[in-house]
Amino acid sequence: MKNLDSLFAAYMIGWGIFFVFYLTMARRTAALREEIERLKNSRNRGK
Amino acid sequence: MKNVLFVAVVVLLLGAGAYAAFFIAPTDAKQGLIYRILFLHVASAWTGLTAFFISFIANVLYVWRRQPQWDWLGVSAAETGLVFTTVVLVTGPIWAHPVWGIWWTWDARLTSTFVLWLLYVSYLLLRTLIEEPDRRALLSALFGIFAFVDVPLVFGSIRWWRTQHPQPIIMGEPGSGLDPLMYKVLFFMWFAMLALMTLLLRQRYLLEAMRGDVETMRRQWEVA
Repeated sequence: MKNLDSLFAAYMIGWGIFFVFYLTMARRTAALREEIERLKNSRNRGK
Repeated sequence: MKNVLFVAVVVLLLGAGAYAAFFIAPTDAKQGLIYRILFLHVASAWTGLTAFFISFIANVLYVWRRQPQWDWLGVSAAETGLVFTTVVLVTGPIWAHPVWGIWWTWDARLTSTFVLWLLYVSYLLLRTLIEEPDRRALLSALFGIFAFVDVPLVFGSIRWWRTQHPQPIIMGEPGSGLDPLMYKVLFFMWFAMLALMTLLLRQRYLLEAMRGDVETMRRQWEVA
């Protein structure tokens, strides 16, 4: 079972990088949705 | 609902790939358990290069057609490819340390891969520096085409120069290669990684399209 910790660490870090990227995209999408709503509201108020 | 199903399928494929990498692929006689990083490391590398190829095609099409959709695909594929290449650059040293006795060396494959990573980081940084959308799209597309020049160098580096990194396992010299079961697991893992790339690329493209909508709304709002 030599190097099992390194093997485990590589897979955990690898999956972690993909997961964090997916999460940042979800956060960026939510921020843009809010921005779209804000722009729509400010346009409606301006009319 | 479709997206949830797609995420579930990708998670299942990755889970099956990891199970095959840990429990189905035979243990390497020389390296022991640690060689199993190969299935994540090599599959990520191939998938990253696939994403950069998609970005290259999209950049060429943007220069030719000047349609924003190609710009959105170009940046989405570049960012996705960068994530896969980051995984390659992180898992490589974890594998190298017990096998080579060093975390890193400036050999042809490692250096050309690191340069590739830097080029695509520069591509993304360049986009943050230019405000005007058409100018940003054109300049980054041209830079993206230039950055892709490093991809054949990464591919050929272990064929043209004999340095620290192992020789190719696919299309290598006679006698090179893997055990047939290892090949099956590697190709299954690549398939799972391609499914993950499709999921990430699709999400990133939708995000970029939304960003394009926000920019259009802002400009309309400023004109009004």
